[in-house]
Amino acid sequence: MVSLIPQPHAKERRVIFGNISQPNWAPDIDTYLASGGYEALKKALGMKPEDVVGAVKAANLRGRGGAGFPCGVKWSFIKRDDGKPHYIVVNGDESEPGTFKDRYILHNDPHQLVEGLLIAAWANNVNLAYIYIRCEFPHAAKIVWNAIKEAKARGFVGRDICGSGFDCEIYVHQGAGAYICGEETSLLESLEGKRPYPRIKPPYFPAVLGLYMSPTIVNNVETLCHVKHIINLGPEEYAKMGTPGDGGTRTMCVSGDVVKPGYYELPCGAVTLGELIFDLCGGLKPGRKLKAVIPGGSSAKVLRADEVYKVKSKGPDGEMVEKEIKMLDVVMDAASLAAIGTMVGSGGVMVLDDSRSMVWALNNLNQFYAHESCGQCTPCREGSLWMSKMTTRMLAGQGAAQDPATLKNVADNIAGRTVCAFGEACAWPTQSFLAKFPEEFAGAAVPN
Amino acid sequence: MTTDPTTQQAAEIPSELLAEIEEVITHYPVSKRSASLPLLHLWQRQFGFIDDSGVEWIAAKLGLESINILELVTFYPWFRREAAGRTIIRVCRTLACAMAGSYEVREKFCEAAGIDADQDHHGFGHAPPTSHDGKFSVEFVECLASCGSAPVCLINDDLYENVTPDEIPTLVQNFAAIPAQA
Repeated sequence: MVSLIPQPHAKERRVIFGNISQPNWAPDIDTYLASGGYEALKKALGMKPEDVVGAVKAANLRGRGGAGFPCGVKWSFIKRDDGKPHYIVVNGDESEPGTFKDRYILHNDPHQLVEGLLIAAWANNVNLAYIYIRCEFPHAAKIVWNAIKEAKARGFVGRDICGSGFDCEIYVHQGAGAYICGEETSLLESLEGKRPYPRIKPPYFPAVLGLYMSPTIVNNVETLCHVKHIINLGPEEYAKMGTPGDGGTRTMCVSGDVVKPGYYELPCGAVTLGELIFDLCGGLKPGRKLKAVIPGGSSAKVLRADEVYKVKSKGPDGEMVEKEIKMLDVVMDAASLAAIGTMVGSGGVMVLDDSRSMVWALNNLNQFYAHESCGQCTPCREGSLWMSKMTTRMLAGQGAAQDPATLKNVADNIAGRTVCAFGEACAWPTQSFLAKFPEEFAGAAVPN
Repeated sequence: MTTDPTTQQAAEIPSELLAEIEEVITHYPVSKRSASLPLLHLWQRQFGFIDDSGVEWIAAKLGLESINILELVTFYPWFRREAAGRTIIRVCRTLACAMAGSYEVREKFCEAAGIDADQDHHGFGHAPPTSHDGKFSVEFVECLASCGSAPVCLINDDLYENVTPDEIPTLVQNFAAIPAQA
């Protein structure tokens, strides 16, 4: 897989990739222990579980899977002493187009995940945890399994962990090729051995009625890795790396039309989109101009290179002031991207240059969503396929003048009308591509 | 789709597979039904696909109705009810790979493996398009989560990155030499 660039850029800070970027790094437990591995677990086991939850809250860690929910808040929904079994399920179903960080962590630093998971288990009174890994990562599943066995042999997994009296078993569970299983309630259905149709919320919030109808935490791979560093660094030090409300570092995965695609671990909010593309990623290919960026995985709304956003923020005197921000000056953190109507999502940044047709790019994504809709809800099942058929037709020169309006109408009637967020995920690309590149869609809507 | 009624995979379960099945069921102390996907994976690894006898055997093993297993086989793209080629090439179709030429990559794989690239692939338990000699299947799959090294493909269990059309005939030749399993 694409490797880290050995010399980090001055703006990078490698926490999650701290181990991996060491020379001669290997994913075995001896290498991990020699690098201070499982010390954070020992420290956490010496803390009160509620203090661990408090630390993760104070660290302002947001989930790295896409939805960006504050991790400590999610954990605080679990009532440790309610007498019910609790579960943690790690979401390693990384399938959002543009996202490839969890693959790298699972293959290269599996103990980092196991350690983060064990800390989370201690904090939330969990004795049984599953790591759900998509089956397209067969080597990752073996590597993580092996890590669990190694950790068990050293007393970090299983009974009486490090002599603390705390027990936790961990198992790897492999998916079977369906993107929908990345949706947390779908993932739980899949793990229960059922067709992975997402559950409706309410009442099926995982923290209340999760795996086997018991309180369950579903966390992304990278999110749990961060937990280890929150314990090691302390929540204040960790939070300070990022922005208020978006603590720590985030691994950005950059792909598409840049000179140096790959992984960049950056303190949240440390760079602008322009710095990321032109400074860290070496800019565009010779002679090319930037056209569009999808900033947070394929479901995030697209940004157009010449856009200027009007963003309201608190000025120095506390008054709300409106500022104009160019697309390349947008800061890469959760709040800044939300303020311009898109999202940092899973950290998958896809860059498109002026050689790309936006109708072609949208059609590619529409085909993805049409293939991956689970079929449970009518608007998504029918609408995703309909949108895909329309953009395919437009590309083949068989568009009709009303197609852009029909496309928008279909997308508008999916978003908000489905059981899970897949409805938004498949509607947002169509809505945003149409809104921001209307001339290309109008051009493609004329039959030739 | 027709599943050959003469195949009876369940009559030929090796003891090693049975031991693996028993072991994996212990990973799910709360509900045996959770072992459905792991058992289907083990079954397909052993037999190459999942026939009716496999569906029935797994269901009985886990105390379920056959439909509880069949509905998984027909939902998940990974499972199939027909034999595929000995080497399965899965080319990533999604945006970053498509931008880097994955459509051409898939065509070249089809050409080198002797598969009609225009052949439809219906899913729902069908095997992907397969060469007449049974050596290869080639299919498009959705995002393989390696967008930074596009275009990529999975050949059996291994990821190949930054695949160029020029290297494809040699790649295919290397895999053509793999003998049929007993």
